[in-house]
Amino acid sequence: MAELAKVEKIVAAYKDIKTPLIYILKDVQKEFGHLSEDVLTGVARTTNIPLAEIYGVATFYSLFTTKPKGRHIVRCCNNAPCHVNGSKQVLNKIKEYLGVETGETTPCGTFTLEFTSCLGLCAVAPVMMIDDEVYGNLTPEKAMAILKDYKMKGRSHA
Amino acid sequence: MHRAHILIAMDAHTISQGARTVKDALVRSLSLAGLTNEVRVVETGSLGIYNKGVVLVVYPDAVYYAGVTVEDVADIVSEHIIKGRVVERLWLTEFIEGKRVAYAAVPPRFSKQVRVVLRNAGIIDPESIEEYIAHDGYEALGKALTAMSPEQVLQQVKESKIQGRGGAFFPSGLKWEFAAKEKAEQKYIICNADEGEPGTFKDRLILEGDPHAIIEGMALAGYAVGASEGFVYIRGEYLMSIGRMRRAIDQARQHGLLGENIFDSGFSFDIEIREGAGAYICGEETALIESIEGKRGEPRDKPPFPPSVGLWGKPTIVNNVETLANIPQIILRGAAWYRALGTDACPGTKVFTLVGNINNPGLIEVPMGITLREIIYDIGHGIPGGKGFLLAQMGGTTGGILTAEHLDIPLAADTLRKVDAGLGSGAILVVDDSQCVIDLVKCFVEFFNHESCGKCTLCREGTGRLLELLEKISDGRGKMGDIELIERLATTMMSGAFCGLGQAAPIPILGCLKYFRNEFVNHISNGGCAMVDTKYAMAENDLAIA
Repeated sequence: MAELAKVEKIVAAYKDIKTPLIYILKDVQKEFGHLSEDVLTGVARTTNIPLAEIYGVATFYSLFTTKPKGRHIVRCCNNAPCHVNGSKQVLNKIKEYLGVETGETTPCGTFTLEFTSCLGLCAVAPVMMIDDEVYGNLTPEKAMAILKDYKMKGRSHA
Repeated sequence: MHRAHILIAMDAHTISQGARTVKDALVRSLSLAGLTNEVRVVETGSLGIYNKGVVLVVYPDAVYYAGVTVEDVADIVSEHIIKGRVVERLWLTEFIEGKRVAYAAVPPRFSKQVRVVLRNAGIIDPESIEEYIAHDGYEALGKALTAMSPEQVLQQVKESKIQGRGGAFFPSGLKWEFAAKEKAEQKYIICNADEGEPGTFKDRLILEGDPHAIIEGMALAGYAVGASEGFVYIRGEYLMSIGRMRRAIDQARQHGLLGENIFDSGFSFDIEIREGAGAYICGEETALIESIEGKRGEPRDKPPFPPSVGLWGKPTIVNNVETLANIPQIILRGAAWYRALGTDACPGTKVFTLVGNINNPGLIEVPMGITLREIIYDIGHGIPGGKGFLLAQMGGTTGGILTAEHLDIPLAADTLRKVDAGLGSGAILVVDDSQCVIDLVKCFVEFFNHESCGKCTLCREGTGRLLELLEKISDGRGKMGDIELIERLATTMMSGAFCGLGQAAPIPILGCLKYFRNEFVNHISNGGCAMVDTKYAMAENDLAIA
């Protein structure tokens, strides 16, 4: 099947790297959007690592997901430095605007809202990360404007 | 030859404030003015200034401009670059003894900073190996490989008394010695760049500001202990750090500073990057090793410790980014020079990240022994909104709690230990007196509960039960006796959890209970937070102003 061929190609790219499973899963997730049982079975077959072990790794790390997610992943930080700078108000506004709780995806499939641990951007707290972009010094209004922009244009702005 | 250089700090913080668009506008504007060959725009690492928008520095005049927007760029070019006049409204200055002083001219006794680790950040282009070399870069490696034996390098590090900057403050020289004594065909050097302690971003900015210093430090470690391979384990979320490090490694290879037979000395060393995938626990050294091995990042039983049995079963040194960035300077300038910095028991400088309710948040490097008062009020310019100081949490979310009575303790690993705190990862979270302590403790515990790896029962279940108890108290459902239950649970976790995460998680909880027990009691007897009404009213006000 086509999926297995893609997995094989990804695995082959790491043949010179010792214990590359995390890199492989990252690339596989990039290719397929999430790590489904089918895809993980393909990784197990290609790498000869037991499926149970691979599943264990795929569910351990927060950047991996075994379920489909929205087109954009919104990661909000609510650790102490963001907390004392008002991240709760920001998060509440985002939840209200998107109509979802953390861990959920909007019905249209555009956004998945997640909780993240500290992103190391505390001098511009509170912060969030949308896909690969970081946004700091957030207020509820600013966060909403950024999300609106993603919704309208379907792209990021710096 | 360029007659002027404009430096713009380009790191993950400043990009979120619009540094990239300002830089692009600047390049465009210079090109329109026909100045591309005369003025060079350089992306550099952190300048350590974060509450003033996009900051850039014009050299040779050393004029700092703050709050620069795309609209301001034309003025900087036409006024400063063409006519040589400083753009007053953007000029970054400080008031010292009543006089306006240019930021670059603030004397060290006022700035209080001593830059060893951050000596190049904000000065060189981190994507240029030539600039690093021009600032004594790779000179220490050259000196070590051509004029020193591995034993001599190890001896210098031992004599410097440098202690691990990841938070444990274990003597690095001793750790190296353990690995050096092991007989093995292969040994490994790992740079722990899995920075995840809330409030900490020093490693991020060292990686983004001076990546070659880390490569040089790792190569020196490899030479000292007999390792030929190194790994930099960087958090998967730190995309910019990964990019800068990758580029630096490629450049070092091209220049023959990594690879086979470096400086014709017979010593070979190479470095590979490994990315994390989102797990706080991987900052624990054995969990990190598991993760490089492609497994779940769960900590291992110790002993054996990594210097004897580490990555793929081989002797391995795991050092923090900041520790490694110190090493080239120690080798170049000698152990005695290093020991003269800081305090006798805890030499050197410490890179801190100053965050929370503070006017001037950011990245600072100061000698050990400085007081919290100096950091908060002199460097940090105090607490915003005229509010009072409630507490500071030292070293991240696992860190101890300091209150007003501790403002004048000299900060060092040994002095803080006496008050149940530590320097930890170097984060200093300043909290003002408008914050609810229970809310804050709940926030700490939410973090631990989220990040507990699930391996041992005490941490997995303990963090969950603690969170339930705190939610109860916070919601006004708390009962007398809950506080004692929290204490019992916390002390049990401290003595019985498998690794540092579960052992350290209770520290800030017990710290807050020690200094703010009344707050807990009041929440229980009043059925919730008395601050809630005023706090939300204030939050609404803040929003209206914003």
